[in-house]
Amino acid sequence: MAAEPDTNPKHTPKPRAPPKHREASVVTSAKARIILICSGKGGVGKTTLTANLGIALARLGARVAVLDADFGLRNLDLLLGLENRIVFTAQEVLSETCRLDQALVKHKQEPNLALLPAGNPRMLEWLTPEDMQKIAQLLAERFDYVLIDCPAGIEDGFKNAVAAAEEAIVITTPEVSAVRDADRVVGLLNVQGVKPVQLVLNRVRPKMMANQEMLAVDDVTGILALPLLGLVVEDEQVIVSTNRGEPLTLNGASSPAGRAYQDVARRLQGEDVPIVDPSKQRKGLRTQIKALLTKKLF
Amino acid sequence: MAMTLRDFINKLLGHQPASATTAKQRLQLVLAHDRSDLNPELLDQMRREILEVVQRYVEIDIEGGDVSLETEDRVTALVANLPIRRTRPHPLPAPDSQQSERLEEGEQAQENEAASEADLSN
Repeated sequence: MAAEPDTNPKHTPKPRAPPKHREASVVTSAKARIILICSGKGGVGKTTLTANLGIALARLGARVAVLDADFGLRNLDLLLGLENRIVFTAQEVLSETCRLDQALVKHKQEPNLALLPAGNPRMLEWLTPEDMQKIAQLLAERFDYVLIDCPAGIEDGFKNAVAAAEEAIVITTPEVSAVRDADRVVGLLNVQGVKPVQLVLNRVRPKMMANQEMLAVDDVTGILALPLLGLVVEDEQVIVSTNRGEPLTLNGASSPAGRAYQDVARRLQGEDVPIVDPSKQRKGLRTQIKALLTKKLF
Repeated sequence: MAMTLRDFINKLLGHQPASATTAKQRLQLVLAHDRSDLNPELLDQMRREILEVVQRYVEIDIEGGDVSLETEDRVTALVANLPIRRTRPHPLPAPDSQQSERLEEGEQAQENEAASEADLSN
Protein backbone atom coordinates (compact mmCIF):
# COMPACT_ATOMS: atom_id res chain seq x y z
CA MET A 1 0.00 0.00 0.00
CA ALA A 2 1.54 3.24 -1.05
CA ALA A 3 1.87 5.80 1.64
CA GLU A 4 -0.28 8.87 1.36
CA PRO A 5 1.85 11.47 -0.37
CA ASP A 6 2.42 14.75 1.33
CA THR A 7 -0.13 17.47 0.93
CA ASN A 8 -1.05 17.98 -2.68
CA PRO A 9 -0.21 21.54 -3.61
CA LYS A 10 -3.40 21.66 -5.64
CA HIS A 11 -5.43 21.25 -2.50
CA THR A 12 -3.89 24.07 -0.57
CA PRO A 13 -5.52 27.15 -1.98
CA LYS A 14 -3.15 30.02 -2.28
CA PRO A 15 -4.83 33.18 -1.08
CA ARG A 16 -4.88 35.60 -3.97
CA ALA A 17 -2.95 38.66 -2.98
CA PRO A 18 -4.79 41.88 -3.61
CA PRO A 19 -3.21 43.84 -6.44
CA LYS A 20 -0.57 46.09 -4.93
CA HIS A 21 -0.67 48.54 -7.74
CA ARG A 22 -3.16 48.91 -10.56
CA GLU A 23 -0.57 48.22 -13.26
CA ALA A 24 -1.34 44.97 -15.11
CA SER A 25 0.98 42.25 -13.85
CA VAL A 26 2.16 39.09 -15.56
CA VAL A 27 0.58 36.78 -12.96
CA THR A 28 -1.53 34.10 -14.60
CA SER A 29 -5.26 34.60 -14.10
CA ALA A 30 -7.13 32.12 -11.94
CA LYS A 31 -9.88 32.00 -14.52
CA ALA A 32 -10.26 34.59 -17.19
CA ARG A 33 -13.72 35.33 -18.45
CA ILE A 34 -13.87 35.34 -22.24
CA ILE A 35 -16.92 37.37 -23.19
CA LEU A 36 -18.23 37.90 -26.71
CA ILE A 37 -20.02 41.17 -27.38
CA CYS A 38 -22.35 40.71 -30.32
CA SER A 39 -25.61 41.95 -31.84
CA GLY A 40 -26.22 40.57 -35.31
CA LYS A 41 -27.24 43.95 -36.69
CA GLY A 42 -24.57 46.54 -37.26
CA GLY A 43 -24.52 49.97 -35.66
CA VAL A 44 -26.37 49.14 -32.45
CA GLY A 45 -23.38 49.78 -30.16
CA LYS A 46 -21.16 46.69 -29.94
CA THR A 47 -17.88 48.51 -30.23
CA THR A 48 -18.98 51.37 -27.96
CA LEU A 49 -20.01 48.84 -25.31
CA THR A 50 -16.73 46.93 -25.66
CA ALA A 51 -14.65 50.09 -25.25
CA ASN A 52 -16.65 51.48 -22.32
CA LEU A 53 -17.00 48.16 -20.54
CA GLY A 54 -13.29 47.47 -20.98
CA ILE A 55 -12.33 50.79 -19.42
CA ALA A 56 -14.92 50.45 -16.62
CA LEU A 57 -13.71 46.96 -15.67
CA ALA A 58 -10.11 48.14 -15.74
CA ARG A 59 -11.00 51.03 -13.44
CA LEU A 60 -12.50 48.49 -11.04
CA GLY A 61 -9.06 46.90 -10.86
CA ALA A 62 -9.47 44.01 -13.30
CA ARG A 63 -6.90 43.25 -15.97
CA VAL A 64 -8.76 43.56 -19.26
CA ALA A 65 -7.89 42.68 -22.84
CA VAL A 66 -10.15 43.87 -25.61
CA LEU A 67 -9.88 41.91 -28.83
CA ASP A 68 -11.11 43.41 -32.06
CA ALA A 69 -12.59 40.45 -33.95
CA ASP A 70 -14.01 42.67 -36.67
CA PHE A 71 -11.20 42.18 -39.16
CA GLY A 72 -13.20 43.57 -42.05
CA LEU A 73 -14.23 46.87 -40.49
CA ARG A 74 -12.14 47.44 -37.40
CA ASN A 75 -13.01 50.40 -35.19
CA LEU A 76 -12.27 49.47 -31.61
CA ASP A 77 -8.85 51.14 -31.83
CA LEU A 78 -10.54 54.38 -32.88
CA LEU A 79 -13.08 54.42 -30.04
CA LEU A 80 -10.32 53.80 -27.51
CA GLY A 81 -8.11 56.51 -29.04
CA LEU A 82 -5.35 53.98 -29.74
CA GLU A 83 -5.36 54.11 -33.54
CA ASN A 84 -1.95 55.79 -33.81
CA ARG A 85 -0.17 53.40 -31.49
CA ILE A 86 -0.70 50.13 -33.35
CA VAL A 87 2.48 48.41 -34.45
CA PHE A 88 1.56 44.74 -34.67
CA THR A 89 -1.83 43.05 -34.84
CA ALA A 90 -3.45 39.67 -34.17
CA GLN A 91 -2.15 38.65 -37.58
CA GLU A 92 1.52 38.93 -36.56
CA VAL A 93 0.78 37.13 -33.29
CA LEU A 94 -0.76 34.21 -35.17
CA SER A 95 2.04 34.03 -37.72
CA GLU A 96 4.51 34.28 -34.81
CA THR A 97 6.19 37.30 -36.35
CA CYS A 98 5.93 38.96 -32.94
CA ARG A 99 5.19 38.08 -29.35
CA LEU A 100 1.76 38.76 -27.88
CA ASP A 101 3.03 41.52 -25.60
CA GLN A 102 4.53 43.33 -28.60
CA ALA A 103 1.15 43.47 -30.30
CA LEU A 104 -0.84 44.50 -27.23
CA VAL A 105 -1.49 48.24 -27.06
CA LYS A 106 -1.71 49.41 -23.49
CA HIS A 107 -4.09 52.28 -22.76
CA LYS A 108 -2.16 55.29 -21.44
CA GLN A 109 -4.71 56.57 -18.91
CA GLU A 110 -5.92 53.12 -17.95
CA PRO A 111 -2.92 50.75 -18.02
CA ASN A 112 -5.05 47.79 -16.84
CA LEU A 113 -6.57 47.75 -20.32
CA ALA A 114 -4.84 46.51 -23.45
CA LEU A 115 -6.08 46.23 -27.02
CA LEU A 116 -5.19 43.45 -29.41
CA PRO A 117 -5.89 45.09 -32.78
CA ALA A 118 -7.55 43.31 -35.66
CA GLY A 119 -5.29 42.38 -38.53
CA ASN A 120 -5.61 42.98 -42.21
CA PRO A 121 -9.05 42.38 -43.76
CA ARG A 122 -7.43 39.74 -45.99
CA MET A 123 -6.98 37.62 -42.86
CA LEU A 124 -10.64 36.73 -43.26
CA GLU A 125 -9.68 34.46 -46.14
CA TRP A 126 -7.66 32.08 -44.00
CA LEU A 127 -8.66 32.75 -40.41
CA THR A 128 -10.25 29.73 -38.70
CA PRO A 129 -12.24 29.30 -35.47
CA GLU A 130 -9.14 27.54 -34.07
CA ASP A 131 -7.04 30.67 -34.72
CA MET A 132 -9.48 32.78 -32.74
CA GLN A 133 -9.49 30.22 -29.93
CA LYS A 134 -5.71 30.32 -29.84
CA ILE A 135 -5.62 34.13 -29.58
CA ALA A 136 -8.29 34.19 -26.87
CA GLN A 137 -6.51 31.52 -24.86
CA LEU A 138 -3.20 33.41 -25.10
CA LEU A 139 -4.95 36.50 -23.74
CA ALA A 140 -6.78 34.50 -21.06
CA GLU A 141 -3.43 33.47 -19.61
CA ARG A 142 -2.58 36.99 -18.54
CA PHE A 143 -5.87 38.88 -18.14
CA ASP A 144 -8.99 38.61 -15.96
CA TYR A 145 -11.32 39.56 -18.79
CA VAL A 146 -11.07 39.05 -22.52
CA LEU A 147 -13.75 41.09 -24.28
CA ILE A 148 -14.25 40.14 -27.92
CA ASP A 149 -15.77 42.81 -30.16
CA CYS A 150 -17.71 40.70 -32.64
CA PRO A 151 -18.32 41.74 -36.26
CA ALA A 152 -21.91 42.35 -37.40
CA GLY A 153 -23.67 39.60 -39.30
CA ILE A 154 -23.76 35.86 -38.72
CA GLU A 155 -21.19 34.78 -41.30
CA ASP A 156 -17.64 33.46 -40.90
CA GLY A 157 -16.37 36.43 -38.87
CA PHE A 158 -19.12 35.84 -36.34
CA LYS A 159 -18.57 32.09 -36.27
CA ASN A 160 -14.83 32.54 -35.67
CA ALA A 161 -15.48 34.91 -32.79
CA VAL A 162 -18.13 32.66 -31.21
CA ALA A 163 -15.72 29.71 -31.22
CA ALA A 164 -13.38 31.62 -28.92
CA ALA A 165 -16.03 32.77 -26.43
CA GLU A 166 -17.30 31.20 -23.26
CA GLU A 167 -20.05 33.66 -22.44
CA ALA A 168 -21.75 36.44 -24.37
CA ILE A 169 -23.40 39.81 -24.06
CA VAL A 170 -25.98 40.51 -26.75
CA ILE A 171 -26.60 44.20 -27.32
CA THR A 172 -29.69 45.48 -29.11
CA THR A 173 -31.84 48.57 -29.45
CA PRO A 174 -35.63 48.58 -28.95
CA GLU A 175 -36.29 48.40 -32.70
CA VAL A 176 -37.85 45.54 -34.62
CA SER A 177 -34.91 44.97 -36.98
CA ALA A 178 -32.30 44.98 -34.19
CA VAL A 179 -34.36 42.65 -31.98
CA ARG A 180 -34.99 40.26 -34.85
CA ASP A 181 -31.28 40.06 -35.67
CA ALA A 182 -30.42 39.67 -31.99
CA ASP A 183 -32.81 36.73 -31.86
CA ARG A 184 -30.92 35.00 -34.67
CA VAL A 185 -27.68 35.52 -32.80
CA VAL A 186 -29.14 34.18 -29.53
CA GLY A 187 -30.27 31.04 -31.38
CA LEU A 188 -26.75 30.50 -32.76
CA LEU A 189 -25.13 31.13 -29.37
CA ASN A 190 -27.44 28.55 -27.79
CA VAL A 191 -26.47 26.00 -30.44
CA GLN A 192 -22.79 26.66 -29.76
CA GLY A 193 -23.29 26.18 -26.02
CA VAL A 194 -22.16 29.71 -25.13
CA LYS A 195 -23.53 30.68 -21.71
CA PRO A 196 -24.54 32.69 -19.89
CA VAL A 197 -25.93 35.00 -22.58
CA GLN A 198 -27.04 38.34 -21.16
CA LEU A 199 -28.72 41.35 -22.72
CA VAL A 200 -27.81 45.02 -22.86
CA LEU A 201 -30.59 47.25 -24.18
CA ASN A 202 -29.08 50.31 -25.84
CA ARG A 203 -30.42 53.69 -27.00
CA VAL A 204 -33.52 53.63 -24.85
CA ARG A 205 -35.66 56.76 -25.18
CA PRO A 206 -37.62 56.91 -21.91
CA LYS A 207 -40.23 59.37 -23.18
CA MET A 208 -41.06 57.35 -26.27
CA MET A 209 -41.17 54.20 -24.19
CA ALA A 210 -43.55 55.79 -21.68
CA ASN A 211 -45.76 56.84 -24.60
CA GLN A 212 -45.76 53.31 -25.99
CA GLU A 213 -44.06 54.47 -29.15
CA MET A 214 -41.02 52.27 -28.50
CA LEU A 215 -40.83 48.60 -27.54
CA ALA A 216 -40.88 48.31 -23.75
CA VAL A 217 -37.97 46.84 -21.79
CA ASP A 218 -40.10 43.84 -20.78
CA ASP A 219 -41.14 43.29 -24.39
CA VAL A 220 -37.53 42.93 -25.53
CA THR A 221 -36.35 40.78 -22.61
CA GLY A 222 -39.48 38.64 -22.95
CA ILE A 223 -39.12 38.11 -26.68
CA LEU A 224 -35.42 37.29 -26.51
CA ALA A 225 -35.82 35.39 -23.21
CA LEU A 226 -32.56 36.81 -21.87
CA PRO A 227 -31.66 38.24 -18.46
CA LEU A 228 -31.08 42.01 -18.58
CA LEU A 229 -27.52 43.00 -17.77
CA GLY A 230 -27.84 46.68 -18.54
CA LEU A 231 -30.00 49.45 -19.88
CA VAL A 232 -28.41 52.40 -21.66
CA VAL A 233 -30.41 55.52 -22.47
CA GLU A 234 -29.87 57.47 -25.68
CA ASP A 235 -27.11 59.95 -24.84
CA GLU A 236 -25.46 62.54 -27.08
CA GLN A 237 -22.32 62.32 -25.00
CA VAL A 238 -21.61 58.94 -26.62
CA ILE A 239 -20.99 60.75 -29.92
CA VAL A 240 -18.83 63.38 -28.22
CA SER A 241 -16.70 60.73 -26.56
CA THR A 242 -16.37 58.83 -29.83
CA ASN A 243 -15.17 62.01 -31.54
CA ARG A 244 -12.43 62.33 -28.93
CA GLY A 245 -11.52 58.66 -28.70
CA GLU A 246 -12.13 58.79 -24.95
CA PRO A 247 -14.75 56.31 -23.71
CA LEU A 248 -17.27 57.84 -21.30
CA THR A 249 -16.27 55.51 -18.48
CA LEU A 250 -12.75 56.96 -18.56
CA ASN A 251 -14.00 60.02 -16.64
CA GLY A 252 -16.12 58.07 -14.20
CA ALA A 253 -19.85 58.15 -14.58
CA SER A 254 -20.24 61.70 -15.82
CA SER A 255 -23.17 61.08 -18.17
CA PRO A 256 -26.23 58.80 -18.20
CA ALA A 257 -24.74 56.37 -20.73
CA GLY A 258 -21.40 56.38 -18.91
CA ARG A 259 -23.17 55.48 -15.68
CA ALA A 260 -25.03 52.68 -17.42
CA TYR A 261 -21.81 51.19 -18.83
CA GLN A 262 -20.20 51.42 -15.42
CA ASP A 263 -23.18 49.61 -13.87
CA VAL A 264 -22.81 46.82 -16.45
CA ALA A 265 -19.18 46.41 -15.37
CA ARG A 266 -20.14 46.24 -11.70
CA ARG A 267 -22.85 43.66 -12.39
CA LEU A 268 -20.33 41.55 -14.33
CA GLN A 269 -18.10 41.72 -11.26
CA GLY A 270 -20.96 40.22 -9.24
CA GLU A 271 -22.15 43.40 -7.58
CA ASP A 272 -25.90 43.73 -7.08
CA VAL A 273 -26.74 46.98 -8.89
CA PRO A 274 -30.48 47.39 -9.46
CA ILE A 275 -31.64 48.21 -13.00
CA VAL A 276 -33.97 51.21 -13.17
CA ASP A 277 -36.41 51.44 -16.07
CA PRO A 278 -36.18 55.15 -17.00
CA SER A 279 -39.58 55.08 -18.69
CA LYS A 280 -41.21 54.35 -15.33
CA GLN A 281 -38.98 56.54 -13.21
CA ARG A 282 -40.69 59.90 -12.84
CA LYS A 283 -43.53 59.86 -10.35
CA GLY A 284 -45.73 62.79 -11.40
CA LEU A 285 -49.45 62.62 -12.07
CA ARG A 286 -48.83 62.35 -15.81
CA THR A 287 -46.50 59.42 -15.29
CA GLN A 288 -49.11 57.72 -13.14
CA ILE A 289 -51.75 58.19 -15.81
CA LYS A 290 -49.32 56.81 -18.40
CA ALA A 291 -48.57 53.85 -16.14
CA LEU A 292 -52.30 53.20 -15.87
CA LEU A 293 -52.69 53.40 -19.64
CA THR A 294 -49.84 50.98 -20.28
CA LYS A 295 -50.85 48.49 -17.60
CA LYS A 296 -51.70 45.12 -19.09
CA LEU A 297 -55.43 44.39 -18.76
CA PHE A 298 -55.23 40.73 -19.78
CA MET B 1 -52.53 38.45 -26.21
CA ALA B 2 -51.74 41.17 -23.77
CA MET B 3 -53.67 44.38 -24.15
CA THR B 4 -53.18 47.65 -22.35
CA LEU B 5 -55.86 50.13 -21.30
CA ARG B 6 -54.60 52.46 -23.99
CA ASP B 7 -54.96 49.75 -26.65
CA PHE B 8 -58.49 49.11 -25.41
CA ILE B 9 -59.44 52.79 -25.64
CA ASN B 10 -57.87 53.01 -29.09
CA LYS B 11 -59.90 50.02 -30.18
CA LEU B 12 -63.12 51.58 -28.87
CA LEU B 13 -62.39 54.82 -30.70
CA GLY B 14 -61.26 53.03 -33.84
CA HIS B 15 -57.75 54.49 -33.58
CA GLN B 16 -54.54 52.72 -34.55
CA PRO B 17 -52.89 50.88 -31.66
CA ALA B 18 -49.71 52.39 -30.19
CA SER B 19 -46.75 51.64 -32.47
CA ALA B 20 -44.97 49.68 -29.72
CA THR B 21 -47.90 47.25 -29.61
CA THR B 22 -47.78 46.84 -33.38
CA ALA B 23 -44.00 46.37 -33.23
CA LYS B 24 -44.33 43.63 -30.63
CA GLN B 25 -47.00 41.76 -32.58
CA ARG B 26 -45.06 41.96 -35.83
CA LEU B 27 -41.88 40.79 -34.10
CA GLN B 28 -43.57 37.84 -32.45
CA LEU B 29 -44.97 36.68 -35.76
CA VAL B 30 -41.75 37.08 -37.73
CA LEU B 31 -39.68 35.43 -35.00
CA ALA B 32 -41.98 32.42 -34.86
CA HIS B 33 -41.20 31.87 -38.52
CA ASP B 34 -37.48 32.68 -38.20
CA ARG B 35 -37.06 30.26 -35.33
CA SER B 36 -38.96 27.38 -36.88
CA ASP B 37 -37.05 27.79 -40.14
CA LEU B 38 -40.24 26.96 -42.06
CA ASN B 39 -40.91 29.05 -45.11
CA PRO B 40 -44.49 30.24 -45.70
CA GLU B 41 -45.11 27.77 -48.54
CA LEU B 42 -44.05 24.80 -46.42
CA LEU B 43 -46.18 26.03 -43.54
CA ASP B 44 -49.14 26.38 -45.89
CA GLN B 45 -48.64 22.87 -47.27
CA MET B 46 -48.44 21.48 -43.73
CA ARG B 47 -51.58 23.38 -42.80
CA ARG B 48 -53.48 21.87 -45.76
CA GLU B 49 -52.32 18.34 -44.97
CA ILE B 50 -53.24 18.67 -41.29
CA LEU B 51 -56.71 19.88 -42.27
CA GLU B 52 -57.10 16.94 -44.69
CA VAL B 53 -56.31 14.40 -41.98
CA VAL B 54 -58.54 16.02 -39.39
CA GLN B 55 -61.39 16.30 -41.88
CA ARG B 56 -61.44 12.54 -42.38
CA TYR B 57 -62.50 12.14 -38.75
CA VAL B 58 -64.57 15.23 -38.03
CA GLU B 59 -66.32 17.94 -39.97
CA ILE B 60 -64.52 21.15 -39.18
CA ASP B 61 -65.27 24.77 -39.76
CA ILE B 62 -62.45 25.67 -42.10
CA GLU B 63 -63.29 29.37 -42.12
CA GLY B 64 -63.14 29.56 -38.33
CA GLY B 65 -60.04 27.39 -38.12
CA ASP B 66 -56.47 28.48 -37.70
CA VAL B 67 -53.11 26.71 -37.80
CA SER B 68 -50.25 28.96 -36.86
CA LEU B 69 -46.89 29.21 -35.20
CA GLU B 70 -46.65 30.89 -31.83
CA THR B 71 -43.57 31.54 -29.82
CA GLU B 72 -42.95 32.13 -26.17
CA ASP B 73 -39.79 31.83 -24.11
CA ARG B 74 -37.77 30.76 -27.15
CA VAL B 75 -40.03 27.74 -27.66
CA THR B 76 -42.03 27.71 -30.85
CA ALA B 77 -45.31 25.83 -30.91
CA LEU B 78 -47.53 24.80 -33.77
CA VAL B 79 -51.01 25.69 -32.59
CA ALA B 80 -54.10 24.37 -34.36
CA ASN B 81 -57.48 25.73 -33.39
CA LEU B 82 -60.14 23.87 -35.37
CA PRO B 83 -63.81 24.27 -34.40
CA ILE B 84 -65.61 20.93 -34.91
CA ARG B 85 -69.07 21.05 -36.49
CA ARG B 86 -69.79 17.38 -35.87
CA THR B 87 -67.96 14.09 -35.76
CA ARG B 88 -68.23 11.59 -38.57
CA PRO B 89 -69.76 8.24 -37.56
CA HIS B 90 -67.32 6.52 -39.92
CA PRO B 91 -63.97 8.09 -40.66
CA LEU B 92 -63.38 8.70 -44.36
CA PRO B 93 -60.74 6.41 -45.87
CA ALA B 94 -57.24 7.77 -46.22
CA PRO B 95 -56.35 8.56 -49.83
CA ASP B 96 -53.95 5.65 -50.26
CA SER B 97 -54.60 3.17 -47.44
CA GLN B 98 -57.44 1.31 -45.76
CA GLN B 99 -56.21 1.94 -42.23
CA SER B 100 -59.36 3.80 -41.25
CA GLU B 101 -61.34 0.52 -41.25
CA ARG B 102 -59.53 -0.58 -38.15
CA LEU B 103 -60.92 2.29 -36.14
CA GLU B 104 -63.67 1.47 -33.70
CA GLU B 105 -67.14 2.69 -34.40
CA GLY B 106 -69.55 4.49 -32.11
CA GLU B 107 -67.03 6.77 -30.56
CA GLN B 108 -68.44 10.24 -30.19
CA ALA B 109 -66.39 13.22 -29.33
CA GLN B 110 -68.20 15.78 -27.24
CA GLU B 111 -65.91 18.74 -27.54
CA ASN B 112 -66.53 21.30 -30.23
CA GLU B 113 -63.05 22.66 -30.27
CA ALA B 114 -59.80 20.84 -30.50
CA ALA B 115 -56.43 22.35 -29.94
CA SER B 116 -53.26 20.45 -30.51
CA GLU B 117 -49.80 21.61 -29.73
CA ALA B 118 -46.58 20.18 -30.96
CA ASP B 119 -43.26 21.55 -29.86
CA LEU B 120 -40.82 22.42 -32.55
CA SER B 121 -37.47 22.82 -30.96
CA ASN B 122 -35.48 25.88 -31.76
